[in-house]
Amino acid sequence: MPDVNWTVIAPELVVAASALLVLVMDILAPRNRGVASAWVTLAGTCLALVVAYQQWGNWGYGFNAMVILDKYATFFNVVFLTGTGLTVFISTGYLRREGAGRGEYYFLILCATLGMMLMAAGTDLVVIFLGVELLSLSLYVLVGFTRGRAESNESSLKYLLLGAFATGFLLYGIALIYGAVGTTNLQRIGSALAQRRVENLPLLLAGTGLLLVGLGFKVAAVPFHMWAPDVYDGAPTAITAFLSAGPKAAGFAALLRVLVSALDSLRPEWSAALWVLAALTMTVGNLAAISQHSIKRMLAYSSIAHAGYVLVALTAMNDQGVSSALFYLFAYTFMNIGAFAVVILVSRRGEEGLDLRDYAGLARRNPALALAMTVFMLSLAGFPPTAGFLGKFYIFGAAVKAGYVSLAIIGVLNSLVSVYFYLGVVVNMYMKDPTENARPVSVGPSAAFATGLAAVATLVIGIAPSWCLDLARETVASVLM
Amino acid sequence: MDNILSNLIFLPVIGALIIMALGRGRERFCRGFALFVSGVVFLLSIPLYTGFQENTSQMQFTEHIPWIRGIGASYSLGIDGISLPLVLITTFLTVLAILASWTAITSRVREYMAAMLFLESGMLGVFCALDLLLFYVFWEAMLIPMALLIGVWGGERRIYAAVKFVLFTMAGSVLMLVGILVLYTKSGGTTFDLRAISEATLPRELQTWLFLAFFVSFAIKVPLFPVHTWLPDAHVEAPTAGSVLLAGVLLKMGTYGLVRFCLPLFPYAAVRYLPAISALALVGIVYGALVSMVQQDIKKLVAYSSVSHLGFVVLGIFALNAQGMNGAILQMINHGLSTGALFLMVGMIYERRHTREIEDYGGLARVVPVFSAFFMIVTLSSIGLPGLNGFVGEFLILIGAYRANPTYGVIAATGVILAAVYMLWMYQRVVFGEVRHEENRGLRDLSAREVAILVPIVAGMLWIGVYPNALLNKSAASVNGVLSRIHTERTMAVEGQRSAVSDQLSVKPGRLTADR
Repeated sequence: MPDVNWTVIAPELVVAASALLVLVMDILAPRNRGVASAWVTLAGTCLALVVAYQQWGNWGYGFNAMVILDKYATFFNVVFLTGTGLTVFISTGYLRREGAGRGEYYFLILCATLGMMLMAAGTDLVVIFLGVELLSLSLYVLVGFTRGRAESNESSLKYLLLGAFATGFLLYGIALIYGAVGTTNLQRIGSALAQRRVENLPLLLAGTGLLLVGLGFKVAAVPFHMWAPDVYDGAPTAITAFLSAGPKAAGFAALLRVLVSALDSLRPEWSAALWVLAALTMTVGNLAAISQHSIKRMLAYSSIAHAGYVLVALTAMNDQGVSSALFYLFAYTFMNIGAFAVVILVSRRGEEGLDLRDYAGLARRNPALALAMTVFMLSLAGFPPTAGFLGKFYIFGAAVKAGYVSLAIIGVLNSLVSVYFYLGVVVNMYMKDPTENARPVSVGPSAAFATGLAAVATLVIGIAPSWCLDLARETVASVLM
Repeated sequence: MDNILSNLIFLPVIGALIIMALGRGRERFCRGFALFVSGVVFLLSIPLYTGFQENTSQMQFTEHIPWIRGIGASYSLGIDGISLPLVLITTFLTVLAILASWTAITSRVREYMAAMLFLESGMLGVFCALDLLLFYVFWEAMLIPMALLIGVWGGERRIYAAVKFVLFTMAGSVLMLVGILVLYTKSGGTTFDLRAISEATLPRELQTWLFLAFFVSFAIKVPLFPVHTWLPDAHVEAPTAGSVLLAGVLLKMGTYGLVRFCLPLFPYAAVRYLPAISALALVGIVYGALVSMVQQDIKKLVAYSSVSHLGFVVLGIFALNAQGMNGAILQMINHGLSTGALFLMVGMIYERRHTREIEDYGGLARVVPVFSAFFMIVTLSSIGLPGLNGFVGEFLILIGAYRANPTYGVIAATGVILAAVYMLWMYQRVVFGEVRHEENRGLRDLSAREVAILVPIVAGMLWIGVYPNALLNKSAASVNGVLSRIHTERTMAVEGQRSAVSDQLSVKPGRLTADR
């Protein structure tokens, strides 16, 4: 009997069980319009969160050392489940409005979450690949979920084609690494490299490069980002919110673990590559966002830019680099999903009302919503006292500590550029008058709860970050084992 | 007396939150409560003055709570002789600014008053913070209320002015952020506390870069030529109270930063860049004055005069002697009073006539004599007439600048002459002469509220003008503290040169002449 150790994947099991339950419920009672499915999804997510929380501090391998339970995996589980929970809250009203409230939606979201959790917990390249595939396939369908809209279908197809292509890169990279080292287990790759038992180093380097490409696609790093603006724009806004937070964090989780556990000996090679990726990603993301008119596309490019900031932390890859990346991804989940929540509320049926001009005078039409959006915009721009500021501060501090001062300077200058377009939204909301065809903004209870929670969390993490920072720092020790 | 600084900083925040929660539709409540809160804050700041110990340069009224243990950031507050006057002018001007907005702001009063109180909080935090991260948090945090004040309740080009203001200031701030991170890392990477970091001696090359990083941020804020171009737009488009706080307090944050951070932490670089910075200050003085002279818009004239006056302050700071620096700190307060008063008076006349063009006025002396009298006093204070506050500050700065380098003193003195030119000429065109426009005949003179705003300012001007030791005594010890660090650096530099020279003159066996 192979060493399975089911407790190691307890949160994943809860999520999988909820997914199957939702699927069965949908088959047996298709008329429930997705509300009951939403409740079950939420319950499953909360239960998984509780289980993950209980597991904090536990450590163990499972499935013959292909999956690990450590603080790193637990931290990321909490991040993913938070993103999923917030997405469920903002989805219910949105789906009802768009007429797409079916149970499969929640099933696919849970499958995607499961894939993400596998990516964070996997200590074998094959398991990571499994997670990537599970996540991607669920997302391909979810992006095209509002199938009545041509843009949604187009985005789904784009994502599928480009994603399949990138997956090919990823798989080929894994194959090359296997060819060079003889194993796909991260620990064994790392020790083989450290003890210089690898003969075919060029093959390994090629494999690493392809792996970086594949995972770079997943986190939308430049120059693998071309899919992101179109997919984010065409997808149903609730899925855009989901896409921007969880899968990005999952991509980084996998990338971090691979780089630290397996490829640490190649650090000079990949840190130079990451430096370039980080600088390019931040710059292209921020510069392209300036000229956008649609808020979804602007937030898409901003998402690319934020991936760039996390790449800065990965370039630094010291203790503070790793913990700052984790802290940032956690804070980012709140501020980004919160921003998209407001986008959902301000937009109208059929994805109308997504132009920046539709935000004119929002402060008068719905002051609470405008205030929440201001919090999110300021946090994304990096203004104190929000979580976004501390995240960037911590990341650039890590870069300076590791000696990458020029990268930190590029980072802060990019933050400056980003202030322009984030502030543009605030300017529209507060300093311009509403346009003539501005409709009143109605806010359902679940969306209001999600937005409020995200805004409060952003401010709380910004003012009293110690609990979160210390947790992030504790994970560093476990991942560097 | 415990936690007095925290109370000062957070009372306005609590007041703002109460106004936001309870003030919808209740404009009188918003105005009155905001005035009440700012008044309480002002009264609370008076014990800082009376309880201040004059003979030490140590920080007083300190508070220290660990904030983010993981990186060594703490909630650390304290004031010394340099920040005390600035805290006082902040609390003083905020009360007057709120009072001045009584009738000027008619829409969205609730948000306006809340923004003013948030701004006060941020400003006080900047002056009291002793931890680098806390300082940066407050420095950035007060940008947003100011931008909102300009952009929502401002003039025609308010959005342009507000965005320009934010982007310009942030450009400097983000470079300062990298500077803070490098300073933190190179001084041990354990704490952001300013006092602990100043113990560390930094290599000269590093000092130079860090000085530049911090200097850029403060130079934009001061504003120093040539990064001053955000100032005219921001000042002109802001509502009256916004201009008062912008000119009276926010600009001082730049000069405060120079004295608090650039000089004590990076003395080598300060001494090295002294000529260049003094040159920029002198350009600011003369150029600012010349541009003021040709302005048609009174508010823009006053805005450029701020560039000129703050050039004096920077010159005084970089004179690196006691007179110059004490004069500079005093002049910060004086400028706050006189330019604040100027903006208030422009606001009062604007409320009546809705124009700021000098052309549209003339002969106001006969129509609004009380206004004209106050305007005269304020104008004379801005010029630096002996007996009023401006004279003492300018005189001290000129002495200090002359002692440092006679050329600087002479060029700066021409700035005094130019100030008289543009202010008096403006005053003559606006107040004296015949009433050129019929609309001016029916103007109401100052109301009781407006007089109540101006009397404390004029009283302050007279008090400081006659008894400047009231403020100079407080700042003297702290200025000496800053200067001693500079002099240590200079002595080390001189000794380095002396030992190099003595090496050259050393007598070698067989040769009795100096080496070349």
